[in-house]
Amino acid sequence: MIRIEGLLKKFDDRVAVDHLSLEIAQGEVFGLLGPNGAGKTTTIRVLTMLTRPTAGRIVIDGSEISQDKQQIKAVIGVVPQHFNLDIDLTAWENLELHGRLHHMSADVRKQRITQLLEYVELSDRANDMVQKFSGGMKRRLMIARALLHRPKILFLDEPTVGLDPQVRRRLWELIRRLKGEGLTVLLTTHYIEEAESLCQRVAIMEKGKLIALDSPAALCQRLGAYVVEWDEADGQKTKFFADRNTAADFTNTLTTTTTLRQTNLEDAFVELTGRKVVG
Amino acid sequence: MLYDIWTVFWRDWLVLQRRIGRFILSRMVSPVLYLVAFGWGLGRSVQVSQGSYLDFIVPGIIALNSMNISFISVGSPLNMSRLYHKTLEEYLIAPIGSLAFVIGKVLAGALRGLISSVLIIVLAYAFGAHLSINGWFLLALTLNCLVFASMALVAAMIMNSHEDMANFNTYILLPMSFLCATFFVPDHLPVVLRWIIQLLPLTPASHALRAIAVGGSVPMVSFFIMVVYTALFMGIGVWLLEKVRE
Repeated sequence: MIRIEGLLKKFDDRVAVDHLSLEIAQGEVFGLLGPNGAGKTTTIRVLTMLTRPTAGRIVIDGSEISQDKQQIKAVIGVVPQHFNLDIDLTAWENLELHGRLHHMSADVRKQRITQLLEYVELSDRANDMVQKFSGGMKRRLMIARALLHRPKILFLDEPTVGLDPQVRRRLWELIRRLKGEGLTVLLTTHYIEEAESLCQRVAIMEKGKLIALDSPAALCQRLGAYVVEWDEADGQKTKFFADRNTAADFTNTLTTTTTLRQTNLEDAFVELTGRKVVG
Repeated sequence: MLYDIWTVFWRDWLVLQRRIGRFILSRMVSPVLYLVAFGWGLGRSVQVSQGSYLDFIVPGIIALNSMNISFISVGSPLNMSRLYHKTLEEYLIAPIGSLAFVIGKVLAGALRGLISSVLIIVLAYAFGAHLSINGWFLLALTLNCLVFASMALVAAMIMNSHEDMANFNTYILLPMSFLCATFFVPDHLPVVLRWIIQLLPLTPASHALRAIAVGGSVPMVSFFIMVVYTALFMGIGVWLLEKVRE
């Protein structure tokens, strides 16, 4: 559904995305992970044609990004990181504007807006100005807006940043439902549990480069299925083990308080991006 | 393309409708002040060749006011939309062309300029001014609105802060408000300054509106200059909108 080959994006001399290549299949929920400034948002901006790539080839739904812009725009839905709803309009009018921009007929528009407001549980706030909306409501409305023209691919840039845990869970539910409906979803996040809970595959980026690409489970397996953590004078140490018994044997050799648990994506992320001292 | 222009225009029209009362009231303040200060106050002791000073300055006030309103209707909201609210991205992501966006925005700004100009015309009559309004007058007025709505679009796409936008007003629009044959005929100014004033985009509107208001001949050159300015600014606007994706 999405094919990226050798994507390079430079801002003057600074390289934001460094020869990124990856492929995303139809119906897949794909996560782009990385610390702040890793190039996730720039990648999404290039894919959504808000920024031109310096070099590289991108094919979306069979169309090349440099040639069939309007065609691609019709099949993608975008939820940017910042709230970019029109605060001078109501929720309904925001969707109405989007529908008109995507050349939807009046009947279809009306039906689809009603349906989507219900889907994101905002029907009762349809005629309220979006300025009065909470962060979670704004985000839900933005998702409804991105889905209005029935896109095949949804881009979600940090969809749950700054939201309450309850609201986050609700959004996760929504994203899972989309996956169930066959939509291809590309999301960026720096919440590891979000990627672990939603994505079939994740790409980990650092300083513009792709440093790992696999399913969350496989990335964890690479390190070892179990991890032991313990405290030492110079900080927390971690060590990975292929099976639980070896890990348990190791804990017996330690004299401090230890934790033995299954490896998670956060461990993989930290190991790969090298932000923590390795045990 | 026409549908896309209508969509862009429709959004601004919707917002204007919601605020029409406030818009009309706020737009009446400065013209009333100009009419009182320059028409009634100063005007009683000023004689001009074409009759009363009030009759002389009304076309000037219409020109400068339509300039200001058309400019601020497009400039600030678009600049905020690009830099702060990021709502411009909604249009950039949509399958519509840059030209449709530019035309839609400029028409919406020009409409606000025209509405406020109608208010001034009504006020001017109430203050006892005499001016003849015909199709040419309205055409000159519309062109002036288009010139400054499109200039505002260019400014909004270039200026990288709200403060810069305000500075653009101070350095470009404010001097034009006073110099471009609005309150006086610049015939007695030094030659170089006169030439500069002739080239500024508000001058053709002041000339044309005044000439038509007193029943004189229609200055086609002024119309031509305004058309050129509109086309130029809109062309730059489209180019900037394409360039914003770099």
